[in-house]
Amino acid sequence: MKIGEWFERPAAWLDGDAASAVVVSSRVRLARNLEDAAFPGWAGEEERVRVWERLRASFAAVPALETALCIGNEEMTDLERTLLFERHLVSLEHARQGRGSGLALRADEQLSVMVNEEDHLRLQALSPGLNLRACWQRVNALDDALEADTRYAFSPDWGYLTACPTNVGTGMRASVMLHLPALALLDEMSRTVKGIQKIGLAVRGLWGEGTEAHGNLFQVSNQVTLGEREETLLERLEQVVRELMEHEENARGRLLEKRETLLRDQTGRAVGILGRAHILASREALDLLSALRLGIESGMLKDVDRRVIDDLLLRVQPAHVQWSAGRRLTATERDEARAAMVRGRLAAALERPRRRRKSDE
Amino acid sequence: MRCEKCQKNEATVHLTQVIDGTVKKSHLCEACAEAGGIDLQNPASIADALLLGLGQSKPEAEPGEPDEGCPHCHLKRSDFKRTGRLGCPKCYETWRDSLRPLVRSMHRGERHVGKTPRRLRAGVRRTIEIERLERELEAAVAREAYEDAAELRDRIRRLRGEAGEAAS
Repeated sequence: MKIGEWFERPAAWLDGDAASAVVVSSRVRLARNLEDAAFPGWAGEEERVRVWERLRASFAAVPALETALCIGNEEMTDLERTLLFERHLVSLEHARQGRGSGLALRADEQLSVMVNEEDHLRLQALSPGLNLRACWQRVNALDDALEADTRYAFSPDWGYLTACPTNVGTGMRASVMLHLPALALLDEMSRTVKGIQKIGLAVRGLWGEGTEAHGNLFQVSNQVTLGEREETLLERLEQVVRELMEHEENARGRLLEKRETLLRDQTGRAVGILGRAHILASREALDLLSALRLGIESGMLKDVDRRVIDDLLLRVQPAHVQWSAGRRLTATERDEARAAMVRGRLAAALERPRRRRKSDE
Repeated sequence: MRCEKCQKNEATVHLTQVIDGTVKKSHLCEACAEAGGIDLQNPASIADALLLGLGQSKPEAEPGEPDEGCPHCHLKRSDFKRTGRLGCPKCYETWRDSLRPLVRSMHRGERHVGKTPRRLRAGVRRTIEIERLERELEAAVAREAYEDAAELRDRIRRLRGEAGEAAS
């Protein structure tokens, strides 16, 4: 598959069936480095190119990456790299790198490897819904397979050595993306976040800063990477995520029971603005789509398929808007193009069930 | 509130750092925060600045650490303070003594207990076993159980011998 074809499809981790109402996706990432090369941030470009060429060659021998697209950052445009970032397939730091960095990406998006981001290797398994164990198994197997051909930097005391000491040890960062609109609507997020931080986990908005998450999408991840086993870290994260799911579901129940009019109002406003606006900033779009997603899940908007909304969450982002337009756009042009795209897709999604109902009559 | 560095601009960046177990709050303007290595667009670097102790001269070089930088990659202490990133895997040896308290404050304990690369698995298991036996040996000597101690010493020797063979 060519890189361009990637962006026509919905993101695999946003799979409408597997993604639950609250947990959107899970990810486990491992940081690894070669023992005989300087870390990417300190190495010169020539050394980075040598590392990338060497690793690219060893990817070819790994069955799990047999069908993966292997591509150097300089073979992609800035826009293509930003699109990959908006789809969570690479980090922002990786998207900013040029020659000497690269990517191996499987078509099912379940496994990917960033080369020469902050570390030589960032192995990543991604999955819709709450699936931390499956992600860990997949990325662990890939790690074993790569090791056959690669000598990792490792010390018995410190574990896997990483460019930043915050990742040393297991080099593992596991994270879960959650949609928590009811907790946000009831103003319970900041209290929840404080509780989670106390036990060594981090919560941040997927977009935006701190507890102010645009689209009410939050990411919970482990902070500690040294002194505990991978399985222990994953278990703790999973337990907290399950508690968060319960909190959110309770909050939705309370909203539905006591403040149904508020829910109906939020949904109706979201349909109204998204369906009629001609200028739409990405932040406003994300927040309204979040309200719509909650409306669908609470039965306020029965006829719209949640997948349409999930796909829109991806496509309202700046690089995706430009990709659809086929050219670079200024901020003003983007807001107009975004509004037009959302109007079109939402009208189509609302039209379909209406027609179906008529033919039933 | 004024920025505590320049005392001129309004402080808009508020940081809470924990240094050696005590909480310290900093209030900075954007310019001073950025001069201190905080990229406001990138929250990860805020975490780094907290961990590295923004603008703090402490800790000084530990005795035995080279002034001229890491012998393998030539990263200097000041480079690490600026970026929060090490230069190469050998830096963990070079800066071992100053990294230790830093790592302790970030993580749970100082010792890796997770996955080990396959090529080292037997060796690491052996190291852990030797450490365990050494603790037992000490305890045996303390309670004057010399027969147990002799047996433990032999087992440690045997394991050390295996480790030596594996390394050669």
